[in-house]
Amino acid sequence: MTLRRTATAAVALAALMAAAPAWAEKLTIGLSSEATAVDPHFHNLTPNNMIAAHVYDALIGQDEKQRLIPGLATAWKPIDDTTWEFTLRKGVTFHDGTPFTADDVVCTWERAPNVPNSPSSFGTYTKGKTVEKIDDYTIHVKTDKPYPLVPNDISTIYMVSSESGCGASTEEFNDLSAAHGTGPFIMTAYEPGSVISLKRNDKYWGDKPQWDEVDLKPIKSAPSRVAALLAGDVDMIDGVPTTDIETLKKRDDLTLSQGSSNRVIYLHMDQFRENSPHVTAKDGGEIKNPLLDQRVRLAISKAINRNAIVDRVMEGVAIPAGQLLPDGFFGVSDNLDVVEYDPKGAKALLEEAGVGDGFKMTIHGPNDRYINDAKIAEAIGQMLTRIGIETAVETMPRSVYFKRASRGGEGDLPEFSFILVGWGAGSGEASSPLKSLIHSYDKDRGFGASNRGRHSDPEIDTLIEDALATVDDAKRQDMLAKATEMAMENVGIIPLHYQVNTWAAKKGITYAARTDEHTRAAKVVKE
Amino acid sequence: MTDGTLPIPKAQSPFRRFASEFFESWIARVALFTLLAIIVLALAAPWITPQDPYDLAQVDVLDGRLSPGSEAFAGYTMWLGSDGAGRDLYSAILYGLRISLAVGVASGVIALIIGSLIGLFAAYAGGRIETIIMRLVDLQLSFPAALTALILVAILGKGIDKIIIALVLVQWAYYARTVRGSALVERRKEYIEAATCLGLSHGRIVMRHIMPNCLAPLIVVGTVQTAHAIALEATLSFLGVGLPQTEPSLGVLIANGYEYMLSGRYWISVFPGLALLLTIVSINLVGDRLRDVLNPRLSK
Amino acid sequence: MTVFVIRRLLQAAIVVLLMSMIVFFGVNVVGDPVDMLVSPEADQAEIARVIRDFGLDRPMHEQYWYFLKGAASGDLGNSFIFGQPALKLILHHMPATLELAFTALLMAILIGIPLGLYAGLYPDRGSSKAIMAGSIFGFSLPTFWVGLMLIMIFAVWLGWLPATGRGETATFLGIEASLFTRDGLSHLILPALNLALLKISLVIRLTRAGAREAISQDYIKFARAKGLGTGRIVGVHLMKNIMIPVVTVLGLEFGSLIAFSVVTETIFAWPGMGKLLIEAILQLDRPIVVAYLMIIVLLFVVINLVVDILYSLLDPRVRLGEQGA
Repeated sequence: MTLRRTATAAVALAALMAAAPAWAEKLTIGLSSEATAVDPHFHNLTPNNMIAAHVYDALIGQDEKQRLIPGLATAWKPIDDTTWEFTLRKGVTFHDGTPFTADDVVCTWERAPNVPNSPSSFGTYTKGKTVEKIDDYTIHVKTDKPYPLVPNDISTIYMVSSESGCGASTEEFNDLSAAHGTGPFIMTAYEPGSVISLKRNDKYWGDKPQWDEVDLKPIKSAPSRVAALLAGDVDMIDGVPTTDIETLKKRDDLTLSQGSSNRVIYLHMDQFRENSPHVTAKDGGEIKNPLLDQRVRLAISKAINRNAIVDRVMEGVAIPAGQLLPDGFFGVSDNLDVVEYDPKGAKALLEEAGVGDGFKMTIHGPNDRYINDAKIAEAIGQMLTRIGIETAVETMPRSVYFKRASRGGEGDLPEFSFILVGWGAGSGEASSPLKSLIHSYDKDRGFGASNRGRHSDPEIDTLIEDALATVDDAKRQDMLAKATEMAMENVGIIPLHYQVNTWAAKKGITYAARTDEHTRAAKVVKE
Repeated sequence: MTDGTLPIPKAQSPFRRFASEFFESWIARVALFTLLAIIVLALAAPWITPQDPYDLAQVDVLDGRLSPGSEAFAGYTMWLGSDGAGRDLYSAILYGLRISLAVGVASGVIALIIGSLIGLFAAYAGGRIETIIMRLVDLQLSFPAALTALILVAILGKGIDKIIIALVLVQWAYYARTVRGSALVERRKEYIEAATCLGLSHGRIVMRHIMPNCLAPLIVVGTVQTAHAIALEATLSFLGVGLPQTEPSLGVLIANGYEYMLSGRYWISVFPGLALLLTIVSINLVGDRLRDVLNPRLSK
Repeated sequence: MTVFVIRRLLQAAIVVLLMSMIVFFGVNVVGDPVDMLVSPEADQAEIARVIRDFGLDRPMHEQYWYFLKGAASGDLGNSFIFGQPALKLILHHMPATLELAFTALLMAILIGIPLGLYAGLYPDRGSSKAIMAGSIFGFSLPTFWVGLMLIMIFAVWLGWLPATGRGETATFLGIEASLFTRDGLSHLILPALNLALLKISLVIRLTRAGAREAISQDYIKFARAKGLGTGRIVGVHLMKNIMIPVVTVLGLEFGSLIAFSVVTETIFAWPGMGKLLIEAILQLDRPIVVAYLMIIVLLFVVINLVVDILYSLLDPRVRLGEQGA
């Protein structure tokens, strides 16, 4: 018996070695971000979720374009307006050998929003939904009111085992004693700040990764990360800085993969104060906030040369934006084009709005959050100054910026008048930016949480709310697209461009760029 | 003031002797000349540069990342190329020099005044007060300047005024210690006792007799500290807690160019780097020579 | 001696208290950690929950009081970001930093003293002048710039050494360090050199000054006259004289090495506590910043004590306990 197994293993090994060169079995990736813990429910933040995806599975997965695909659930459907039925995958085991069943889903649902000390919990996705076990492989998710995004929300919750995971603390996940998922990799080491080591889960239910072992190393400084790749310390890196792409492309020992992300970079304008703190007349005196006028906002949009920003600042690695999400995402409008660069038209509009002589304004932005953020702010400052809006540029670290931008002013209102921000649609569809950026600020109902310009249009609000209660996909798609069109018509915000993410790897290693910016070792392919 | 404030009152022309000794070394000559040239260039920046890099109307992103010698959209030649935002590097470096020098000199002078006063006070007061002040100075000195400055700037926030405050706070102790040391030596000397007996006021004794004798070591410490402050500012800016990016000092320029290093656009950080290096090295060389000349124990 | 130590510790306690207060209140003025923590998708209710859970809604003095109470029992609070005890996180990252600083110190001594001695003994030779000029550059070059150049040259162009990270560790004499493996050493060289450069220059200058001063003194002249060999004069008489300032300064500079490792660790992705600190500062993780400072102050007190004791051993004229005058 033992002998036979060894023999089989030897044959398998021989086959494997014939199929691929021996060196390629370990993959080392340099990552631009670092997870704050390896507990999949500790911190709802992209770097954490990305690491979790290596070891854990959710009921529903997201493919590289964030389209929903079967995960630990093989099928799901709404059975009435407020109930969704999920059929669970059979024969899946956790890394510790226990089988995956509905009990695990129920207890994970309980754990996910309630991790102690969580700096950002998964309550955002679990609230308003209850999970009910029907049998071992069927569950029902019930919602308070009709809610179409149940599958999207479900796709963010990684399943842990009712035996070892649900009762475990974050420390137990970090020391790996509870780190048993169903995912493609088993975690073998977690050295914060240094490395996360993984080995292949040979019993994985899906496509098994090509790598026996994977090391994920956080290297946050971008030039250091590129240097590490060039020096051969790592096989692949994410977050390739735009400045280096051109040079890396020329090298024949590297391959690059690029893809647009779900992140739009845009401008918020103060639309709720008669006197905006950072807008003054040219002589420094007070003026009525010109940003309240749709024509002024449109003028600003027209004054911005998006192609120049993409070309010069982003070195060609970005896509000019005309709405909130790039083409191909659910809920985007087909009728919207990128606003054209038209400084003459912009000046005419300013004239029409009665501020033809221009005014003074400050653009505020972060300098360590988005790709080339400070440089973009500077470029915009230059362009607006040319049409007569004398624009000062002030950028600051995000630790200072976001508080002030959200509630740094009097009465906990946003402090700035004109800001540069970005938004990544975590759910991979248009309701995410519409709900947070365009809908009126409504603290009690959780709308407009990041609406820092306080744009407000009751008609759009109703449309967004209706869409969020429409389970029918086709109808919802139209509603979201319509809401986006109205918001763009109002110039509620000014979209600039969609970020494009770039990965670089040694020749022979390829990766399909993901819109959610995740780097997933399981999808890294060697030729 | 009268010639009573000169460092060595007895010689006919102590300054000339000092100068001729200083210029004996050709390194010192070159360093001083370079330093003066840098200062003049920095001061004259608005009149000798084609672009005001802080005026957004003059900076065009379309000029971004041009290599040295390229022609800008506005028609002038960018001899040192341009950075990512389209700033002409030659202009940006000279304007950056202004900021770096201003930060270094301003923080140095303020720290020198505050530190000297504290040091003098300690030496003159003596007793418990002196012990407490000097313990404070020791404590401050035992704590690395870079770390203190980092924490201070993190607390104070970005901005030229804030970075100057932080640099003053990390530098004053050096001056206090220096002044107190020299003052202690002088205080014990007979001529001070004589002056006291003559009934001269404390202020007069301190300003006219003790202070001049502290001048030599102060000058040496001052030059070294100024160089140090400039480097520290650059480091803080590099770490992202120093000066804002829109009005770049040399440190910020280098930090901005840092990301272009691997892409072959060396000029964005190499030229500001060279300017910074030249500035600091020349200040240090001058300081070094001053030390040799002003410290009789080593020179002869 | 005991009185001296107790007094030092007391002073340290006051400094720690003051520091913690300044930083505690200071960091709060800068920004709000909540914005750094919550997912952008979080709604207002979730933001309110985090503020409440972390006690950030309470008045500052109350938060500080809770912190002091915890600190008294050795609990410096949980990191906002990592959710783990700040003290534990820092201690976890400390060995890597100490290893780096220690190696840099060693480099400073091994490279700095011989070069400085040479320059001091033969001040007129061209090579001595080159050494001194080099040392000027050594402390004029900004650390971060040198770090990048080292990576560019040795890792990217020549490919001799790895560019980033810490190598494998091994345990030797109960100490786990990457010093003891080949891989570890190869990772260590560049960052340690980067960190050491400033100190090498400093040691060269100190040693040279010490040597020049000593050489003109009577006892050396006397020893020479007696016909002692140069080796013995340098090895015994000179070294003893030079070592006093060098030891003092290096003791103090060890602290500054730890501080400067913030820069080096950032560039070389070295998983030490300097990198932890700069990230905590950038993300307003107050418990880590406060705890780091408290630990550093303690570390410095210990270093200073050790330096003072060493000093008294090297120079019998110095007696511990005498302060001020």
